[in-house]
Amino acid sequence: MTLLENQSAAIPAPREITTKPRLSDQIFRAIVTLGGMASLVILGLIALFLSLKGFHILTEEKFSFITESRWEVITGDTGNIEESNLGIGAMLVGTFLSALIAISVGVPIAVLSALYLTFYARGSAKKILISLIDLMAAFPSLLYGFWGFFVFMASAEYWAKLLNKYLGFVPFFDVPAPIFERSPFIAGLVLAIMIIPITTSISREIFDQTPLDRVQAAYALGASKLSMIRAVVIPYGRGGVIGGAMLGLGRAMGETVAVYTVLNIVYQINWQVLFGAGGNVASLILLKFGEAGPYEVDALMAAGLILFILTLLVNALADVLINRFGKKGR
Amino acid sequence: MTVQTIPQPGKPWEVTVKQRTATGSLIALAFILAAATVKFSGLSGKLGFAVSFFFLATFLIFVQQLKLRDSQAAKDAVLGSFAMLGIVLTLIPIVSIVSTVVIKGYKGIHPNLLFKDMALNSVNDPIEQGGLLHALVGTSLMVAGALVISFPIGVLTALYLTEIRGKFARPIKFLVQAMSGVPSIVAGLFILSSLVYPVTKELSGIMGSLALTILMIPTIARTAEEMLLLIPNDLREAGVALGATQWRTVSGVVVPAAKSGLVTAIILGIARIIGETAPLLLVSGGGDALNLNPTSGAMGSLPYYIWKAFLTGGTEEALARAWGGMLILLAFIFILFGLARYLGGRKVA
Repeated sequence: MTLLENQSAAIPAPREITTKPRLSDQIFRAIVTLGGMASLVILGLIALFLSLKGFHILTEEKFSFITESRWEVITGDTGNIEESNLGIGAMLVGTFLSALIAISVGVPIAVLSALYLTFYARGSAKKILISLIDLMAAFPSLLYGFWGFFVFMASAEYWAKLLNKYLGFVPFFDVPAPIFERSPFIAGLVLAIMIIPITTSISREIFDQTPLDRVQAAYALGASKLSMIRAVVIPYGRGGVIGGAMLGLGRAMGETVAVYTVLNIVYQINWQVLFGAGGNVASLILLKFGEAGPYEVDALMAAGLILFILTLLVNALADVLINRFGKKGR
Repeated sequence: MTVQTIPQPGKPWEVTVKQRTATGSLIALAFILAAATVKFSGLSGKLGFAVSFFFLATFLIFVQQLKLRDSQAAKDAVLGSFAMLGIVLTLIPIVSIVSTVVIKGYKGIHPNLLFKDMALNSVNDPIEQGGLLHALVGTSLMVAGALVISFPIGVLTALYLTEIRGKFARPIKFLVQAMSGVPSIVAGLFILSSLVYPVTKELSGIMGSLALTILMIPTIARTAEEMLLLIPNDLREAGVALGATQWRTVSGVVVPAAKSGLVTAIILGIARIIGETAPLLLVSGGGDALNLNPTSGAMGSLPYYIWKAFLTGGTEEALARAWGGMLILLAFIFILFGLARYLGGRKVA
């Protein structure tokens, strides 16, 4: 009896039962939420500051900033700008051209190797291959650029000549002069090599998520691997693969160093992909930055803003595709 | 007493040795035929050989499967060889890149590199003179600075996505994804327009760190999120059931359990930014002398060291120097990746 009485004094008062978080939790949640908003804040700040510096260029140069292909600033004796013709038309065309070459070459290869990794490779070989491809995705673009310039260029030039020789009647593959070095075609191939690892690993992850019961149902119905992949894996993973391709496109569009080293940056709209002249918005920024006066720097900011918005749009589309259509299928 | 023979379970679907040798000899035949094609027809060179070998091998295996089994199996075999082609085409660049860097880079490595900077040397000097001390120090300082800022932000983002799962979880997930797609040059321009021009008016190491932070946050946030999702919910429920608040559960149970995962996130984040060139060219300048002060003055970095040796040199020495720098950069990436694999391979919790 006395024992119990003694203990009853030591039992703490029960906590109030409530769903309201305690003070420590409120603080914790507030801090974590604030930290979580960081990405929103940073993206917003990027848009804000690039617009602050670059927007007046867009209003002064108007629509020609996107359509024109000149980059001239004529300064007077006192250093003030008398005339300016700034436009990134050629560079925008070049950005899309090299990125399109990159995904049209890279994505089929990436999808095939993702199929190999998911449905053909076994055991430790599979693990090693997956690690290698992840490692390749972490290689810096500087490495791809210089490898492309010093090693890959020679082979790619030969392929370009072959294409020109046998498919020269297609306007795309025609050249005004036989200069095949440093062309958008070669830059596109280097970008393709850069995006293959990312697209492969995203496609592989999507293929891996294919419900096993559907795969086995297909096999049980007597499907061969090909018909199983056509009936189950492709419908299920199509959206995800397209999303992965879009991510690759975004990366290829924003690539700076690799394009700068491989491509011969020339200020003209060039549709002939095998001809050694082209450009890309990101590499233009790097090229012009060193010699740019204040007005030109602002114009480069505007170019950066356009690039930022473009990649954001591509990424948004990729995200929608991966999430909305990634999990569907028969 | 008759001895009953117990039938052994067979694996009729397994590829037999006979089939294997048949396929192997077909591939060998394709090899010989491809060599003959290159010799006697218009196709030439390595490319011609590779193309004719691939199509011949595919065709021969197609015919073999058609004879042995049926048209379904034959089409299947064609898909198999195309998938093989895909993985080979993916692997050729990685093999070529690594072997090029090793073969060309070892000439640019010299023990002196670690103790000297390039303040008094041009890139065209012999390898024994000058070094990349300044670049290593600069890269480590900038990466460390970027890590100090982006690790808390990345982990908080991951915690928001996995622990709080508030109503903004979906948009934030998207924003992190979008942030990982921000071109590196735009990150550089952003720091330039927001801090360098209006505030410091000087290129410095800390500006480089800030630009790298933008590129590092998404990698850390996404890896940390994946790692936190691996923590079984039982642990969280056990913590809460013992009367812990959410803060105590997260700080005392979830985060310690995910410790090796968070280290992996740091390592992958470093691997992501260690070779970034474009933003550093814009905001941290290119220093050739050792600079220990990240708040002022241009700061060298490993990518800049490589960049400068490639672009301003032109002699054998400059190229060897650049490839040597590339070899060191690649070695760092290999080590970081190996560490991440090792930590990631261990069981969490």
